[in-house]
Amino acid sequence: MSTERVGIIGIGQSKFTARRDDASYPDLVREAVVLALNDAKLDLDDMQAVVYSLSPDAMVGIGNAERSGVDAVGARNKRFLRINTGGATGISSVAAAYYHVASGACDVVLTAGADKVGECGDSQTVLNKIWDPTYERQLPLGTINMLGMSAVRYMQHYGMTEEDMALVTVKNRRQAARNPNAHLRKIVTVEDVMASRYIAWPVKLLDCCPQSSGGGAMVLASEKYIKERKLEAVWITGLAHCSESYWLGDRMGKEPEADHADAFALGRACQRAYKMAGITDPAKQVHVAELYSPFSNTEFHAIDAAEFCKRGESVKLLREGQFELGGRIPVNPSGGTLCTNAIAVTAMIRAAEVALQVWGRAGEHQAKGARVGIASGNGGDHQFFGAIVIEA
Amino acid sequence: MELMKRQETWNITYTHALGETASWFYVQIRDNAKIFGRRCAKTGRVLVPPRSFSDQTLQPTTEWVEVGPGGRIETFSIVYEQFQNLPEPPYAFGYVLLDGADTALGGFFKGVDLKDPAKAAEKLKIGTRVVTRFAEKRTGDVLDFWYEIA
Repeated sequence: MSTERVGIIGIGQSKFTARRDDASYPDLVREAVVLALNDAKLDLDDMQAVVYSLSPDAMVGIGNAERSGVDAVGARNKRFLRINTGGATGISSVAAAYYHVASGACDVVLTAGADKVGECGDSQTVLNKIWDPTYERQLPLGTINMLGMSAVRYMQHYGMTEEDMALVTVKNRRQAARNPNAHLRKIVTVEDVMASRYIAWPVKLLDCCPQSSGGGAMVLASEKYIKERKLEAVWITGLAHCSESYWLGDRMGKEPEADHADAFALGRACQRAYKMAGITDPAKQVHVAELYSPFSNTEFHAIDAAEFCKRGESVKLLREGQFELGGRIPVNPSGGTLCTNAIAVTAMIRAAEVALQVWGRAGEHQAKGARVGIASGNGGDHQFFGAIVIEA
Repeated sequence: MELMKRQETWNITYTHALGETASWFYVQIRDNAKIFGRRCAKTGRVLVPPRSFSDQTLQPTTEWVEVGPGGRIETFSIVYEQFQNLPEPPYAFGYVLLDGADTALGGFFKGVDLKDPAKAAEKLKIGTRVVTRFAEKRTGDVLDFWYEIA
């Protein structure tokens, strides 16, 4: 492994909304790319490779949409590859860009993508198709009820209530209200969440992420390149992935290695990333986190997996306000996935937002004094997990 | 300016071959109203639904083991929202650890009044004993069976 560090030098993201009828899919990708290149103060010709961030095709309704996106990232005559790990796609793309640089293959790499989830009519119908056609497609599985079934187990194991779930939404909406790029920015109360209709018990409408449209892009470069050109950067000091096996029913029953209540493989990914970054006590050494949580309940097992507390203790600590902006470790100060979910780039935005935080560039939703942060991504049927530690 | 839209529908029919393991499993459901799992010789785990190999060892599973019809609820979902091309709500489904199995099998829960979400959730809470019921006319499919509170 190279000892030379890899830095983040440019970030671009759309102002996410339900629909972008003014822009085609490639238009949205280009929008983020231009913002990231301007942020890096580099030209398209400087980019030596492009990692294309694109989750299931049916979400945008274009088979292998990287084919049309290739122009929007200026990949003509360049190294190009597409990454897809479902919801984790964005963080996997940042990791793939990192490996291009860390391997010494490239000095500067662009990663970018976009999503228009609002155009697919019903994302749950698309996501139902990720299940196996042999045994499980006959069931009405989707990501909402899949993670609702995680909530049922988390309630049983750790005493989480529906009000606790509502507190996550209230916190994240309040934080999203300070983030001009977030999709859902309206402040809500616990009463609002509790009064919203059930989608899949115990998950209510306001416990759910929206279907967002927008693009994301990041530019990564080698330390040598950054220093020679006197560029501004923050540094990826640790990153890792971990996969879970496929069958939901294996994560319950007799002594499962990974319980569906928790995010076992996310915990492993975080541990590996911390180890690489030399972090031995995350609860003390990490200042800010953007943890991929598309439903309110999943923020609890994500906080547990990031080791900010003992497993299950996140419920009590969140009630105390420890994960709010201004609290001990702000979690999802951008409002997180719960307030913005353009699936192909959602996990990339987690990394981008942590980079902005440790850079001190997060504006109204800045966590004061943050120098070390962690970002995570989840994909598949609660199956593919990635974590990245970013430091100033 | 006026912004235009175009509508597209994907309607693709797949004919999935189920393979030897799932075919045997479904024939037992269709012809005998019985559910079987496959045992991993190395760990002894009985995998339900049955798989031809163990995800932990990649070795072939070696033995058919009848499981159920009793079991306990491991998790559930009660869906109140309509999704395109998915069943009319409300409905309840989830995962049950059938007696003799090591992993849980997905299926619908029937016979529970779903009108009051909190009451229905209490009825379906983790650990509740259920029994597997089979349809009279069976085609060899997951929808040939469902779970009822025992």
